[in-house]
Amino acid sequence: MTTIDTSAAPERAARPNVVRFLSRYGTFAAFVALLLFNIAVTPNFLSWQTLNVNLTQVATIVIVAVGMTLVIATGGIDLSVGSLMAIAGAAAPMIFMGKLLPIDNMGVLIILSFILPVLLAMAFGWFNGFLVARLSIQPIVATLVLFIAGRGLAQVATNGNLQVFKNPDFQFIAMGRIAGIPAQVIIMIVVVALAYCLVRYSVIGRQIIAVGGNEKAARLTGVPVRRVKTFVYVVSGALAGVAGLIVVARNSASDANLVGLGMELDAIAAVAVGGSLLTGGRANIIGTVLGAFVIQLVRYTLLANGVPDAAALIVKAGLIIVAVFIQQRADKV
Amino acid sequence: MLLSMQDISKAFSGVAALRSASLSIAEGEVMALVGQNGAGKSTLIKILTGAYQRDTGLIRLEGEDVVFATPGQSQARGIATIYQEINLAPQRSVAENIYLSREPKTRFGLLDRRAMRDGAAAVLKTFNLDIDVDLPVAHFSAATRQMIAIARAVTQKARLVIMDEPTSSLDEREVAILFQTIRTLKKNGVAVLFIGHRLDELYEICDRVTIMRDGQTVAESAMADMPKMELVRHMLGKELAAFEAIARDGGSEAKPVRLLADGVGSGVRVRDVSLTVREGEISGLAGLLGSGRTETARILFGVDRLQSGAIRVDGRERDYNEPADAIADGIGLVSEDRKIDGIIPDMSIRENMTLALLPKLKKAGIVDRARQQEIVTHYIKALGVKCASPDQPIKELSGGNQQKVLLARWLCTDPRILIIDEPTRGIDIGAKAEILKLLRRLADEGLSVLMISSELEELLAAADHVTVLSDGRSVAALKRNELSETALLAAMAHQVN
Amino acid sequence: MLKTLSRLFIPKSSGDYARLGVLLALAGLILFGALRYDNFLSQFNILSFLRYNSMFALIALGMAFVIITGGIDLSVGAVAAMSSVVAAYLSPYGWLPGLAGGMAAGLVAGAINGVIVTRLRIQPFIATLAMMLAAYGTALLLANNQSVSVSYDTGFTTIGQDDFLGFPIPAWIAAFVYVLGWVFLERLPTGRHVLAIGDGEATANLMGLKVERTLFAVYALSGLLAGLAGVILASQFGAGQPTEGVGWELFAIASVVVGGTLLTGGSGSVGATLAGALLLAMVFNILNFENGLGWISLSAYWQSVIRGAFLLIVVVLQARLMKKTEAP
Ligand SMILES: Nc1ncnc2c1ncn2[C@@H]1O[C@H](COP(=O)(O)OP(=O)(O)OP(=O)(O)O)[C@@H](O)[C@H]1O
Ligand SMILES: [Mg+2]
Repeated sequence: MTTIDTSAAPERAARPNVVRFLSRYGTFAAFVALLLFNIAVTPNFLSWQTLNVNLTQVATIVIVAVGMTLVIATGGIDLSVGSLMAIAGAAAPMIFMGKLLPIDNMGVLIILSFILPVLLAMAFGWFNGFLVARLSIQPIVATLVLFIAGRGLAQVATNGNLQVFKNPDFQFIAMGRIAGIPAQVIIMIVVVALAYCLVRYSVIGRQIIAVGGNEKAARLTGVPVRRVKTFVYVVSGALAGVAGLIVVARNSASDANLVGLGMELDAIAAVAVGGSLLTGGRANIIGTVLGAFVIQLVRYTLLANGVPDAAALIVKAGLIIVAVFIQQRADKV
Repeated sequence: MLLSMQDISKAFSGVAALRSASLSIAEGEVMALVGQNGAGKSTLIKILTGAYQRDTGLIRLEGEDVVFATPGQSQARGIATIYQEINLAPQRSVAENIYLSREPKTRFGLLDRRAMRDGAAAVLKTFNLDIDVDLPVAHFSAATRQMIAIARAVTQKARLVIMDEPTSSLDEREVAILFQTIRTLKKNGVAVLFIGHRLDELYEICDRVTIMRDGQTVAESAMADMPKMELVRHMLGKELAAFEAIARDGGSEAKPVRLLADGVGSGVRVRDVSLTVREGEISGLAGLLGSGRTETARILFGVDRLQSGAIRVDGRERDYNEPADAIADGIGLVSEDRKIDGIIPDMSIRENMTLALLPKLKKAGIVDRARQQEIVTHYIKALGVKCASPDQPIKELSGGNQQKVLLARWLCTDPRILIIDEPTRGIDIGAKAEILKLLRRLADEGLSVLMISSELEELLAAADHVTVLSDGRSVAALKRNELSETALLAAMAHQVN
Repeated sequence: MLKTLSRLFIPKSSGDYARLGVLLALAGLILFGALRYDNFLSQFNILSFLRYNSMFALIALGMAFVIITGGIDLSVGAVAAMSSVVAAYLSPYGWLPGLAGGMAAGLVAGAINGVIVTRLRIQPFIATLAMMLAAYGTALLLANNQSVSVSYDTGFTTIGQDDFLGFPIPAWIAAFVYVLGWVFLERLPTGRHVLAIGDGEATANLMGLKVERTLFAVYALSGLLAGLAGVILASQFGAGQPTEGVGWELFAIASVVVGGTLLTGGSGSVGATLAGALLLAMVFNILNFENGLGWISLSAYWQSVIRGAFLLIVVVLQARLMKKTEAP
């Protein structure tokens, strides 16, 4: 190969890392700005109490948003996450209160009440994936089906009643602490770490991005497009299930009408603020985490400063736009 | 002077693509613009049309300084452009695509749909293209789409028509039609800027030539005053290694058959195709536009389902559901349309190159980065991909360099059968000889190549034997000693009645 | 002549099949209802069906245009709610100020969406999601968290409640707007540009189309139609409703999709969108009748399960139809 001259190609190896850093930095900037604002304005902001409240509340958003990031990376979207949270949240108390299974052993019931609801949510996730990958139904309507019907199922199963309970073993996932760190925060960290490695280092992670980037080309390159798509919806379902368990455990009650309500929007907003394109082909897990923190902090700021609900909505809208805008600018540098 | 561009510079994120390049064209002149892959030709014309903004420089159109902020503005000033990656709206009809942004209107401001339909059909007829102009553009092959894009440009009543590699997916017959059109344009005083890598074509149609290298204009002269060898030297900055015939004279008939298609058919485009590819040979697949070459490749690779006939790979009958099945059998396909079927635009060169290999690059599900890096570095060097770094998104590469990455995508999987649809599409003359030689060397090492090409010269130089398709049927199988331009043309023109 | 006829009735593309599918489903449902329920085809039911569903149809049309460009507008429900409040406040000054004010409020919201999408280059999903929050916030602030009664003296309620030539005025409005919408999309160059932009923005730009301006117009239009729907809402129910409109955007999206439009943009039809909206509305209507029949008393919970299931059936059937006819 002598006739081809490549020496003219200039050095630019460092560039992508800088870009990646900056695009993360954009969301980060929004986050820091919010923090500074709170330190200046919100009373008692710098306290363990505040940190605790925010961390425990952000955990569920992060967990769901991580699944959403993967789905969005394939060019899809999952509107059903809130409903799947309600389903898992309704199923768990029914299990450990012995309403569903003829088992007496409390230990077994508790374990089952962790496993079965998540499996159930995964099954529904698989159903979403089946509609999208096998039947080629557009993701937004495919998951709209369970968005509508899923919560209905949870309500039918519980008759729309509130299930109140007190079960320290089950509630450990929301109330317990390991080495002083709330269990749900640990779950969140594990989920984020796994997803980060999945996206960056694993084969299926890269295939997820390829499918979102150009599905036709991915198929022609031997990427198992259907399997990849199904996979992300199953993961999203599973994570929604976990989040549902955490929410009911935290509330000591399960209300199928409320668990996970509006979660899909928070999760999608977190993904977008975090810098993943909704058109697919990108998955920025760390960005999503920051995005979720921004969303949570916005919510907390408005609440802690007594901004009336209506005004809070408007401010939240403005902040989302500003955060995404900053993020995109940074991405362009 | 109709147009002059002077001292145009442009950098993408700090990397210079153009360094004070210049270009000037007179009325009624056909100007060739040549240069290696990545020399900056497409960037220069995109700056001219307003698709990109220049960093420095002057653009003067009919003596007046102009800056176009959008392609719409240059179009309004009489510059019609055919971009390298065919830009048409795939779901809109042929007629609409031809007239988009300057639709004929009735008195009431409504679309004059009849005028559009008739006008489109009429202009396509002058291109010898008799197609239903109500069908969406996505219905048609790359070559037809290219012709539609050309038709769109020449009907714009422009003063300057820019053609960025318009012939790269056309066969000789269509090229002849295009040249006829260019001559007509010229007669009407329209200037044409013609970018291409096939030198013979340039000498045939162009009056003058501008040569670029590494973002600079290095020479400009009348075509007649520029001998081929000198042109190539300007382009490459050095002499071109002699382009020898690299096909072998027979000898492969004794080798076992790797890939056999026996009366393969699917849908209306492919009815009855039979061909064989033996171990270690380069088998050509020729035919006119619409003869079913690309569609045949898609069936062999499991993209479209086989409906009749049989496919045998290494003697075993195969009916692939998915490309993944074909890949598992050691088959690779470099597809014709790299924008639609090839690149994952936002992914890096590294990942685009190793996407097909990925399942074999893993340890416990994790990508083996070190080996990936090794492979990528090797192929970037071996194929001379001009890029800033392997982490650059592939969409930032010039067209020809993207093609090289896609070729490497399959070469690195170490395939046993490689189907290549237009292997050197958009690749410059220096790299083209290298790629054909590389294919030959791989064939010598045992690779079986099925090469689809519209360039007779390429088939004649590289193929050990050629199957000719016409109207979805294989109508001739020419052995090496029967191969000649006339024989190929005669077989391709074969009509089945 | 024959050619035009065949163009009209013989499906050509996969989109045509989807459109045929939704029409067949609609006909099937009507037949089912007519056979099963006594009063299904009664004048009362037909007229109240049209009266009540016109506003959804209007919103679906705006959504269809946005989706054809490859975007989405999540704010339509909230914008309608906000506009209903504005219209209610203005209704004492006459029906025209009420109507104009409500529509203007929608237009402003839509224009802001358009600016955010085209100027700030923020993805439509996020831009309009933010607008959804902002519009609800504004509606609640304006209305002080309660519904705002309209004036019954100025003829404002005529818009939503009265008939003209035997048909409800909202139905006339919707029909008129749909005709305009059809002419726009099928017969005006700008309408074709909307389609081409959905096919690929970068390509449309290279082909010389005014992408930003067209996108802006489409979002503004969607806001305007949502505003009009809000006016009808206020007029029909006698009050501006700051908390109405939740989930309307999903209903509109579903209507558009059921009408065979791809969310990826570049294709879509006005007629099929109307059919999609009517089809989904018909499901509600039939569920109401089923409830009234008293065979099974459907709780609200079961209703949502059944609605989900029905949506599933429609989209699955449609996907099958489209798959069978996929272009080569
Ligand atoms: N959008 C972009 N971002 C970054 N770099 C770019 C971009 N477009 C082009 N380049 C770089 O600019 C250089 C010139 O590219 P250009 O497309 O103009 O080459 P070309 O002469 O048309 O080559 P070819 O014959 O392969 O089409 C290349 O090195 C390419 O990588
Ligand atoms: Mg080029």
